[in-house]
Amino acid sequence: MAGGAHLLELIGARKRFAGSVALDNVDFDLRAGEVHVLFGENGAGKSTLINVITGNVAPDAGEYRLAGAVVPHMTPRLARDSGLASVFQEFSLAPDLSVADNLFLGREPNRVTFLNARAMRKAAGEFLARLRFNVPPEALVSRLSRAERQMVEIAKALMDPHARILILDEPTASLTDADAEKLFAIIADLKKRGVGVIYVSHRMREIRQLADRITILRGGRLVATVPAGGVTESQLVELMVGRPIGDLYPKINHHPAEVRLAVEKLSSKDGRVRDVSLNVRAGEVVGLAGLVGCGKGEVGRLVFGLDAIAGGRVTVDGQAVGRPAPREMLRSGVCYFPADRGQDGLAFNRPVRENASAAALDLRAIGGGGLLRLREEARRVQSVLQRLSVRPLAPEQQVVQFSGGNRQKIMLARGLMRDIRVYLFDEPTVGIDIGAKAEIYALVRDLTEAGAAVLLSSSELPELLYLANRIYVMHEGAIVDELSGENKTEAAILACFFGRKQSDSAAGSRTAA
Amino acid sequence: MRSARACLASLLGSGGMIVLLIVLTAAGTALVQPRFFNALNIINILRNAAILSVASMGQMLVMVAGGFDLSVGVIVALASVQTALLSGIIAGWMPDAPILALILATLLTMVTGALIGSVNGAFVSVFRLSPFMVTLAMSSVVMGVTFYVTKGIPIYGLPDAFMNGIGRGMIGRCPVVVVIAVAIVAAVIILQRATTLGRHIYAVGSSPHAARVSGVRVRPLLIGVYAVSGAAAAIAGILLTARIGSGQSTLGGTLALETIAASVVGGVSLLGGTGRAERVMLGALFLSLVANALNLLRIDSKYQTLVLGVVLIAAVCIESLSGVRRRHD
Repeated sequence: MAGGAHLLELIGARKRFAGSVALDNVDFDLRAGEVHVLFGENGAGKSTLINVITGNVAPDAGEYRLAGAVVPHMTPRLARDSGLASVFQEFSLAPDLSVADNLFLGREPNRVTFLNARAMRKAAGEFLARLRFNVPPEALVSRLSRAERQMVEIAKALMDPHARILILDEPTASLTDADAEKLFAIIADLKKRGVGVIYVSHRMREIRQLADRITILRGGRLVATVPAGGVTESQLVELMVGRPIGDLYPKINHHPAEVRLAVEKLSSKDGRVRDVSLNVRAGEVVGLAGLVGCGKGEVGRLVFGLDAIAGGRVTVDGQAVGRPAPREMLRSGVCYFPADRGQDGLAFNRPVRENASAAALDLRAIGGGGLLRLREEARRVQSVLQRLSVRPLAPEQQVVQFSGGNRQKIMLARGLMRDIRVYLFDEPTVGIDIGAKAEIYALVRDLTEAGAAVLLSSSELPELLYLANRIYVMHEGAIVDELSGENKTEAAILACFFGRKQSDSAAGSRTAA
Repeated sequence: MRSARACLASLLGSGGMIVLLIVLTAAGTALVQPRFFNALNIINILRNAAILSVASMGQMLVMVAGGFDLSVGVIVALASVQTALLSGIIAGWMPDAPILALILATLLTMVTGALIGSVNGAFVSVFRLSPFMVTLAMSSVVMGVTFYVTKGIPIYGLPDAFMNGIGRGMIGRCPVVVVIAVAIVAAVIILQRATTLGRHIYAVGSSPHAARVSGVRVRPLLIGVYAVSGAAAAIAGILLTARIGSGQSTLGGTLALETIAASVVGGVSLLGGTGRAERVMLGALFLSLVANALNLLRIDSKYQTLVLGVVLIAAVCIESLSGVRRRHD
């Protein structure tokens, strides 16, 4: 159906922000019934392009046509009235309202009475059921997990029956594979109804599965618009970064040596982790797999002392840790890197330098006796930022001014500022572009081959399959199985996701596309 | 709009705006009322600015750590009463060493301030209560205690050394109060720029979670910061008492607002994580200048609180317009 009528055309769009070119003469078009993927590194101009399309940013030049008619001045309101619906990475839900209230927010039936509230809840429930999203309509949004909020966000965009154009900005960033599949089924359905979808994603598998056409942006310029069938993954990545890039996942030579981190029967007070036992050896990457909410992300927090422990033992380098606490764990060479960099990881309105050195201020060379050696700090941060190739290399700039990939690197810099031998990563590549991903994988390889012990909790199966030496699979807070060598396959992991031990079930009953 | 915002941000960021405001206010006042540049008047302004600066240092540190302290005003009043009462009582125990008695009285007063602050900090950090509510309620408690003790009657009989040495004292051509304030501001500058503790305060104010992940012990730090604010307010109360010569339970009525205004005018973010001592001192100087200008222009004192409110709202608006907006790309 890629030959449908033009829903939207943008010709020669230009936009400058305070001296830098965000969009330079970009053409873009969307046809009825197609999925048009926008592909590019952070800062390539995808967000600006989408903001122009949704009327949030006025272009300096360029023509905007909707269904063939020129729109001289697009505004968010006009966009909505013309059938544009969008789902952004940043949530636009009111946390203190229920799911149903949020779905109807701004489009409530004329008079909201007690009866209508009930009707609204019913309609919302039916709508969510039709989407096969398992979210209770009466639940408060603040009580929902990230993945559930994402589903509500998508449902909200789809509520509009007149939507002709749907914009999805990394909609699967916090969805499990199963929920992502539900979304893909909905997208396929929308395509049949002639809706055009603009889809921003870094994930190759999704692009393969969904895209009809792909537009690649780099540095604010249009690199190419290509039919999805005629281009390979590595061609796409090369078009995006503008230079050949080796295989995304590096080959890691694991040399498992002594046990660096051992966890025995660890349980959390909130019950999200139950009786978890695992070990990580020097010189290997150990993966933690499982569905969202299975507790894999909480294991690192427990070990590092961020959440309350109900029972169990943590041993670092053979030394039992009484009660884990971040400062003591850092001193014994363990560092944790949270998934949510904005919430948990970085001080956005402080300079890069302070964020990079934040976990190393108790080192004698930097902050001995409580006094800071500012010059030494700046020197060390500079060299770590160089090693991680943080761009721009501006240690005095606020973190908020950096892209997702660079923010992640700034957080990782913490682990390189002091002698860390055990790295606890939680979703280290969520929401960052492929170029930065490759750099982070290469760093993980270097650290591992230099003898570090790495525990990698991730929702991206390829990441685990390529990088990890062994993989523990979790289900409902407990470890179901440990996979290594030939057992370490996608099918085996997926089987465990639903609580079956791989050896108990016929592996491969459910393989992903 | 964007470039105007960037201009505003850079002007605020460099501290240029506050210097500009100070120069403009001083020049404007001097044009209308030449008595402004009278040495006595200048010393008067500096003394007021010094005392406000001391209290504002504590307020600023709390704000940088992501909180608020509305109890500074009542701590000033309590400190005034406590110093006056204690110096009398202790002097009675050791009539031969009046200076020592005075020092003991002021030290105990500072300890009281720090204790009140640490209770604030404990409620804020351990029970995760809103700093606004905790310190507002604490204000009521402390004010009640102060009035109960004094019944609203001023306490006289402070040793002369106190008033002549500190309150009205001069070192060369510089008031002692100003020297003390500058020393305290200098200490806070060093704390903020060159110590791990200062860095931790910024980190906690900017993102408590990130600070925790980096190994900062957030609770003790917050308790400590509120304690410092209480102690700073107590010092301000002692200095004020030395100036006016009696213990007064009515002091500090608008001080909580004034310290917040000095901080915001000095570029402290209401969201936490940013703010510098030297600029807050300039903010305090600016507010003292404005108050002095209004006095010289014979504007009724009722209008002075009005002006304070307007300045505060203007500063908050500017802060918000130039503030960091968390956005992608």
